[in-house]
Amino acid sequence: MVTRREFLKYTGAAAGTAALVATGAEASTGKTHLDPERIGVLADLTLCIGCRRCEWGCANQNELPHGTLQSYDDQNMLKEMRRPDEAQFTVINRYPAPAWREQPLDVKVQCYHCEKPACVSACIVGALEKHPKGPVLYDAWKCIGCRYCMVACPFQIPAYEYDNALTPKVMKCTLCSERTLKEGKLPACVEICPREALVYGKREQLLELAHERIAQHPDRYHPEVMGEHTVGGTSWLLLGDRPATEYGIPELSDQSPAVLTETIQHGIFRGFSGPLMIFGLLSVLMKSSTDKRKPGESDDEDGEDHHG
Amino acid sequence: MASPDNGPGNAAMAMPGARPAPKPKHAAAHHERPAPLFGRAAVPFFTPGVIVIAAVAAAGLVVLGVRLFFGLGAVTNLDNQYPWGIWIGIDVATGVALAAGGFTTAFIAHVLNHERYHVLVRPALLTAMLGYTFVALGVCVDLGRYYNIWHVLMPQMWQGNSALFEVGMCVCIYLTVLYLEFMPIVCERFRGHVNLPGLLRGLNKPVETLLRLLDNTLGATMNFFIIMGVVLSCAHQSSLGTLMVIAPSKLHPLWHTAILPLQFLLSAFAVGLSMVVFESLLASRSLKRKPEMSVLSPFARMIPFLLTIYFGAKVIDMANRGTWQYLQTFSLRSVSWSVEVIVGIFIPVAILLSHKLRRKPAWLFSAAAMVVFGVALNRFNVFIIGYTAPYATKPYIPAWTEVLLTVGFIALLVLIYRLFIFMFPILPEEEGAKHA
Repeated sequence: MVTRREFLKYTGAAAGTAALVATGAEASTGKTHLDPERIGVLADLTLCIGCRRCEWGCANQNELPHGTLQSYDDQNMLKEMRRPDEAQFTVINRYPAPAWREQPLDVKVQCYHCEKPACVSACIVGALEKHPKGPVLYDAWKCIGCRYCMVACPFQIPAYEYDNALTPKVMKCTLCSERTLKEGKLPACVEICPREALVYGKREQLLELAHERIAQHPDRYHPEVMGEHTVGGTSWLLLGDRPATEYGIPELSDQSPAVLTETIQHGIFRGFSGPLMIFGLLSVLMKSSTDKRKPGESDDEDGEDHHG
Repeated sequence: MASPDNGPGNAAMAMPGARPAPKPKHAAAHHERPAPLFGRAAVPFFTPGVIVIAAVAAAGLVVLGVRLFFGLGAVTNLDNQYPWGIWIGIDVATGVALAAGGFTTAFIAHVLNHERYHVLVRPALLTAMLGYTFVALGVCVDLGRYYNIWHVLMPQMWQGNSALFEVGMCVCIYLTVLYLEFMPIVCERFRGHVNLPGLLRGLNKPVETLLRLLDNTLGATMNFFIIMGVVLSCAHQSSLGTLMVIAPSKLHPLWHTAILPLQFLLSAFAVGLSMVVFESLLASRSLKRKPEMSVLSPFARMIPFLLTIYFGAKVIDMANRGTWQYLQTFSLRSVSWSVEVIVGIFIPVAILLSHKLRRKPAWLFSAAAMVVFGVALNRFNVFIIGYTAPYATKPYIPAWTEVLLTVGFIALLVLIYRLFIFMFPILPEEEGAKHA
């Protein structure tokens, strides 16, 4: 049974969407919910020796399948150009030494925790959220499993448990938020790194540190910090000996891809004005066309033959 | 069964209550009142072709079972590089586009009140209703946690930044609107002769009352739903285009543009009308009915103009972004883009602009089919062909089980469509058919 009350319910839902969309628009026009003291990790890739202990520490912390620490000594894995997946949130890939430097570049790959994450903007139910303190966190309970976050991620990081028939999850690095935000500890990978290639701290200070190092050793570092501006900035900051695009980071804009889509969405649906205008226009059209066409009048404009 | 003695009704019956019913008149009287096909069709419900289609549908359902028990990994070639495959690219994105006949026809026939096209409203409405139902089914099959689909409706989980949220919400409400728009047809079929068998006989009266109430309520409010359907469709057809805008580094520049939502909307207008023509001619052939050329030819007149506007939005944007350069190299993508434009736009525009060709069923059918193919290919290009996974080591090629489920769902849709036109008053009663 459909009553007018139910129509009103839908209209109410529509108005609610309008209000919500309006709030979202504010967020995309510069206001930020991010804590100025938010944390991040600086990865000085030139210090990394590819020991893969971070891989073990990560798997151990996140209860992912892993062998003994010794089993991670296999350096051949470094050449395979692996990607993080549902069973391993971080991997190290080795890029050959450049002509001017002896060491190869070992690059740690994991979720970079964007400042304005495309995955968060894409998520249909808000299962992914950017914590004001930095981490991009996932709530499996909310998730419907559409995998739009994976389409949206410019770094192609979120992985999916395709073989789980009932409760598949999106899997990725959490920046060890359980340890860092709740217990005040270091992320597992940072804690286990024997070379202090990974530094955990406030993002602002890490950026300063990065630029200090570049200034002190301009011969050693590429002058750009990956993640300072890339896709609007990320919580992970990478210092390397070459441009980021030469160690596996895609060619990316300095603006988050979410900015354009949110501008489009809010442009069309701001205050629900667009849809309401169309609704009004169509109502007027319908009314006038009904009045215009008197019964018995043919509506053939061009007299196209319609008897055949 | 509707009796032939019902006599010619007026064409405004296309959607009962859609407007204050005008008096029967000569202009509309050459089309008869829609009636169920059972008992009056020139062909039986089951033909060898229908049995083949049923078998394909059954095979698709087997794949669905395997997917439910063993997960997406068991039946798809999706991976962390290619999170979306043909279930999204075809079942959902193309499905939504091809179901656009519902709102475009409703707009022309009811909002602009072109009476002669009322006869097309019911088949278009049925296509849209079944089409969107299968879009929803397709989404659910692809969702890892399909049982959480209701989360989209929960205000505490609404996510206004997400184009997908907008699509999901609109499709959800539009599907409800489509069911409501279809209810008067169900009422018309059963009202006045509800005759439940055996023990259920006691329910005859309450059901009859319910149908009457429903029919009257909807009759009084149908205009609201018709307009609502058009608005919702414009909103989600365009937002479907916004979906891939969020992946500028993955979607090829031949398709990635900020006006992708506009292009999706414009192509939806054109393909909506083409689907109505395509289906009507297909149904006439399958059911051995006379093609409704007197309505379809003038209806198709609008398609080349809509296609031209769509093409304009495509080339102006292209010139603006300087993406012509990608057409100069011979690649799967440049070919796919060219086919989309030449077969899907140029040739049908040329055919449909010809007054003479437009009136020949074979030409009209070919042109409509090419538009349908072109827009379907556009959706496939945007979601599959044009998508570059940054770290993929091998391309995505759908598993045979993925294909089987997609084909199976289409087969099931065709079967249900056939069942509905046999059961419900959808197609107009043909002159001469009553003697068959």
